[in-house]
Amino acid sequence: MQSASIDTTAVPATGTILPQSGRRRDWKEQFFKILFLLAAIIGVLSLAVIAYFIFQESLPAFAEAGVSGIVTGTEWLPPALYGILPMIVASLASTIGAVAIGVPVALLTAIFIAEVAPKWLANIIRPAVELLAGIPSVVYGFFGLIIIVPMIQEWFNVPAGNTVLAGMLVLAVMILPTVIAVSETSLRAVPKTYKEGSLALGASPMFTIFKLLVPAARSGILTGVILGIARALGETMAIIMVMGNAPAMPGSILEPARTLTANIALEMSYASGVHASALYATGIVLLVFIMMLNGTLLYLNREKAK
Amino acid sequence: MMNKISIKDLNLYYGNGANHALHGINLDIPARQVTALIGPSGCGKSTLLRCLNRMNDLIEGVKIDGLVTLDEQDIYQNVDVASLRIKVGMVFQKANPFPMSIYDNIAYGLRAQGVTDKKTLNEVVERSLRSAALWDEVKDRLKSPAFGLSGGQQQRLCIARTIAMEPDVILMDEPTSALDPIATKKIEDLIQTLKQKYTIVIVTHSMQQARRISDRTAFFLMGDLVEHNNTNILFSTPADDRTRGYVNGDFG
Repeated sequence: MQSASIDTTAVPATGTILPQSGRRRDWKEQFFKILFLLAAIIGVLSLAVIAYFIFQESLPAFAEAGVSGIVTGTEWLPPALYGILPMIVASLASTIGAVAIGVPVALLTAIFIAEVAPKWLANIIRPAVELLAGIPSVVYGFFGLIIIVPMIQEWFNVPAGNTVLAGMLVLAVMILPTVIAVSETSLRAVPKTYKEGSLALGASPMFTIFKLLVPAARSGILTGVILGIARALGETMAIIMVMGNAPAMPGSILEPARTLTANIALEMSYASGVHASALYATGIVLLVFIMMLNGTLLYLNREKAK
Repeated sequence: MMNKISIKDLNLYYGNGANHALHGINLDIPARQVTALIGPSGCGKSTLLRCLNRMNDLIEGVKIDGLVTLDEQDIYQNVDVASLRIKVGMVFQKANPFPMSIYDNIAYGLRAQGVTDKKTLNEVVERSLRSAALWDEVKDRLKSPAFGLSGGQQQRLCIARTIAMEPDVILMDEPTSALDPIATKKIEDLIQTLKQKYTIVIVTHSMQQARRISDRTAFFLMGDLVEHNNTNILFSTPADDRTRGYVNGDFG
């Protein structure tokens, strides 16, 4: 058998001392290559299977109500009407609200940790924010239910605090860790020489931050924002607990509403036939939104690479 | 001859006093001349340069005692640091243009001071680029990114950016160490022009460069200012054995 060590008998008379290529080493290389490939395939395969089955299961609903009947229908009355426009509106409204409130807070926090705060304070805030990311969403739901919902009820004098606004506020807190972590990382990645150059020109630290460092980290910050949007759009449990879940079109942010994710989670346990299929159709709509976000992300990353 | 900057008994410590990096430096820097700071790596020449526009303030745990005056005013007492850095500009070892257009790079410092008038900015951009001998090369592409320029052009852009602030003093920290001989020559020629208007302090690792461009030279070794004199005298008849050893290439 050919050993991996230098086989002196194999050294030809010309005087070369390099060993022959060992078959065992080649075999190991191949083994690991295939192992890596298999691992990678699992992820891609899962995506394909999920997409395929959701799509297939949703077909009966699309056949019965039509794509426009589902996507633009405003009444959700199974087994008669399967309009999910109110859910689309609720999902988009709660997400937009969460981004409008959460992103400025997150960006200012990221700047504070990366540039302004003294080291010891940054070392307290950073792990605290990371911990925020680890809290299960059902606990956020509790927080919303106990604090935010009664607050809205009282401040705005509405019959129930379970509203779109409550959803926005809870989601705003939930997206903080994602947006903060990604933004802070990209701010830290800005070369130190920019900051030095700016300060050496007599620019103030704040001018340097807002006119030089943040623009230089722009694509990374946008990536964080998009990841935050994806998190808000996909959130289910906390939203069910604070948003009231009425499947009707909300007239304002002080009315209850049901998001796409909540619609699936609430009714899947007892739905059957076309009703169940309509929930898969809800999932397809959600998937399309997420794919659009990922497409944007891909585009941004390509821009960054330029 | 008038001294632009005067350094008296300057001590600097890194790491909250753990590392004594500059030992009682006394040095006068005459106006409108080129003063070169030379010495082996780690001798403190760059550290001293960064004391002159207080860039060392950015490093945590730096302690300074002694006196540094600009036009007889103590720059460490009751001085607005931003105003000091406008008067004492700095060019870095590696050209550090900002990720924006050539025009915006030059206008950056003025905009930081609240200047928004387009006409003023246009004038300053053109004047600064002309002074840095870069105007003819870039006048047709002021709006294109500064990263598209060559290394030597980028460094001249950084000099133009500094000039735009109308400083009195320009500090240069090994400005040509990353450049090829041709680009280096252009910067050295530029320095000869600039010294008619500005006081220049340049840190250089190249003794030949110090000899070519400077009027005065100061030799540093392990945190001590060993010797300073007219460049010709320092290189031809150094008073200290250590200086003689260094300029003869015995060490370093």
